[in-house]
Amino acid sequence: MLAYILRRLALSALILLGVSFITFVLLYVLPADPVRQIAGRSATPETVASIRRQLGLDQPFVVQYGHYLWNLLQGDLGRSYLQKTEVAALITSRLPATLLLMLAAITCELVIGLTLGVIAALYRGRALDNVLMLSSFVTVSAPQFVVALLLLYVFAVKLGWFPIGGYGTFAHLVLPALTLGILGSGWYARIMRSSMLDVLRADFIRTARAKGLGRGRIILGHAIPNAILPVIAMIGIDIGIFMSGIVVVESVFGWPGIGQLAWQAIQRVDIPIIMGVTLVSAFAIVIGNLLADLISPLIDPRIKLR
Amino acid sequence: MKKLILSTALATMMAMSPTLAETPTPGGNMIVTYKDDVATLDPAIGYDWQNWSMIKSVFDGLMDYEPGTTTLRPGLAESYEISEDGLTYTFKLRPGVKFHNGREMTSEDVVYSINRVVDPATQSPGQGFFGMIDGFDATAADGSALTGVSAPDAATVVFRLSRPDATFLHVMALNFSYVVPKEVVEAEGADFGKKPVGTGAFKLTEWTLGQRLVFEKNADYWISGVPYLDSFTVEVGQEPVVALLRAQNGEVDIPGDGIPPAKFVEVMSDPAQAANVVEGGQLHTGYVTMNVTAAPFDRVEVRRAVNMAINKDRIVQVINGRAVPANQPLPPSMPGYTKDYAGYAYDVDAAKALLSEAGYADGFETELYVMNTDPNPRIAQAIQQDLKAIGITANIRSLAQANVIEAGGAGTAPMIWSGGMAWIADFPDPSNFYGPILGCGGAVEGGWNWSKYCNADLDALAAKADSTVDPAKADERLKLWSDVYMGVMEDAPWAPVFNEQRFTLKSPRMGGADALYVDPVSIPVNYDYVYIKE
Repeated sequence: MLAYILRRLALSALILLGVSFITFVLLYVLPADPVRQIAGRSATPETVASIRRQLGLDQPFVVQYGHYLWNLLQGDLGRSYLQKTEVAALITSRLPATLLLMLAAITCELVIGLTLGVIAALYRGRALDNVLMLSSFVTVSAPQFVVALLLLYVFAVKLGWFPIGGYGTFAHLVLPALTLGILGSGWYARIMRSSMLDVLRADFIRTARAKGLGRGRIILGHAIPNAILPVIAMIGIDIGIFMSGIVVVESVFGWPGIGQLAWQAIQRVDIPIIMGVTLVSAFAIVIGNLLADLISPLIDPRIKLR
Repeated sequence: MKKLILSTALATMMAMSPTLAETPTPGGNMIVTYKDDVATLDPAIGYDWQNWSMIKSVFDGLMDYEPGTTTLRPGLAESYEISEDGLTYTFKLRPGVKFHNGREMTSEDVVYSINRVVDPATQSPGQGFFGMIDGFDATAADGSALTGVSAPDAATVVFRLSRPDATFLHVMALNFSYVVPKEVVEAEGADFGKKPVGTGAFKLTEWTLGQRLVFEKNADYWISGVPYLDSFTVEVGQEPVVALLRAQNGEVDIPGDGIPPAKFVEVMSDPAQAANVVEGGQLHTGYVTMNVTAAPFDRVEVRRAVNMAINKDRIVQVINGRAVPANQPLPPSMPGYTKDYAGYAYDVDAAKALLSEAGYADGFETELYVMNTDPNPRIAQAIQQDLKAIGITANIRSLAQANVIEAGGAGTAPMIWSGGMAWIADFPDPSNFYGPILGCGGAVEGGWNWSKYCNADLDALAAKADSTVDPAKADERLKLWSDVYMGVMEDAPWAPVFNEQRFTLKSPRMGGADALYVDPVSIPVNYDYVYIKE
């Protein structure tokens, strides 16, 4: 087990190195010169050259990349050219908002998704099942931007139940979390449904029924706890996805998270921020997947880690 | 010929009567929203329209503008003298002005601030504005002390220039020459921009990254009674569409990014909402550049043909009338604008004739670069159709702003629609529309003269205009500038398309003259002079 974790961690480090290299190359070849962005439109060529020298951007690619990696090892993600702030400070200042929204969103996804999945499984093949599965398909495919604005318009602007975007209180959290919850619930509903169907066909359920247990106790006490296993692995992956940026929803609701930071940085080609957010996201995805893989054997002894 | 200009009493009186009919009521908190984070409030560094006006509220310079106008007035300077040869400027400082940390501002602070912005280590985008000061080249190269600025006593600052420059007082009103306290700058280092300390009407009391900035009234401000607001809060990370919804709901006083294009018609066609919109000109021109160093735009006939082919009225319609058609580089509200110039009239047949005169009777294929945010690609499509009508096939290259700027600087873009990157004047003087974008100095690798247009005669004329320092000859100087721009139109390196209008939406409770909400030097509003009614 320990050897497995160490091997996976080493592999993760390699993946992150690869991600950093590819991102660095892409941003390096991008025809947008950060020095000109700093120097502004009134700068003389001498000013531009002087800034380029001070930032070390006149160095060859290998030297620049090596420099970046060296700083990275010391936890230094560099400084944003446009925001004039440490990238690490920008990311950490936005982490709490993203983590909070992620937790709330996953909770919503689970509540909505698992409920619908269980109901669909119990009514398998009937009209209700079809309607639920169709609606899960619709929510999975619906554009976040539209759903977010729709919820905002109806519940915040028209009905006035929630604030129109922003951050700070529980009321601010409801609509963004609900948007993500509704949209992401489809995946969970489908997984839960098929997992429930497998379990409901299993021998131990038949045994339970033969013992004369009530339907409610069978479902709540035996079927759901067993059917939920694949869902847990999915949460790990979900964490990675959410950490890599809830770009659209954060932007619409003015939620000060990492996705919003990434979106602003991409629009303004703020290279150090793009690099930083990409690395942090890659890290989160790698760790999320690792956690999912580590949890699986704990809850299902049939899975062996090698 | 010595000129002693303006006393404190007069300046204060002007400040107290800022174009307002009603009596301003003090107090209250105004809420302004933006999509993007505020980058920095360091006056030597901040150079986007969003932080520009906030910096104006936190800091002051020797010179300033009357609120809502382009008229210069003394700021931290109480008075100034210009020597007869136009090379020496002596400023007397206003006594008793204090920084937000309580220390009194002195002439040494002014000298330090100017040195700091020219010092290459500061990496100021405004460094180039100070080129007229004696010793600039040496300081800009190695950061040594600037010889052209000195403080003979605590209340006097003397500038020596290496050449007469009529724009010098405007430069002293630029954010880049605002006065900063040395000890705070040195203590905070790179973080000064996040913890600014100035002499301005507001002090920054809270900055939560990605969320909000709170500016509170400086009770000791040297213009008594100003500002009127107790505070204003800048909320960032708000999409313009959502900001508009919040404004309609009464939660936001000024959506800083303006009315989103998709909502513009809806807002303006509702009389109740349109009543809260203030419209004004701005020192902006949108234009198409043509690279004069490469075929086919090396032929003046071709460039004139493009000028005649573009249907500017239709393009103004494309953006729902948020602009007025332009026929010359200067915007109408800029001094030096040539009122009686007709420009190139829209004339497809004449344009075709010019093209065949240049040997392109069958037209040609070229590329039109454009920034990829709405409405710019739509405008580019309109231009594309207009050019098609005279036989020019322009393929649209829609890219991120930084990439278009890069292509323009490198000279690899045959045509660029300037929208989203267009020139907005740094200060209200005609010279500001020439040097970097039409003069030979800007026609270098990485320069902002994307046409790579260089006319030595016009450069000489421009230099002559800017050496006309005597205020009595101001009209003569403006005439020279008018001639420069008429010369530019003759060579037609640009096709000027329109001058954008500004539309500021304000909440009904906001008071103050309309001019304050479309202030030519403070976008979106002049924070110091607006107030909350009731």
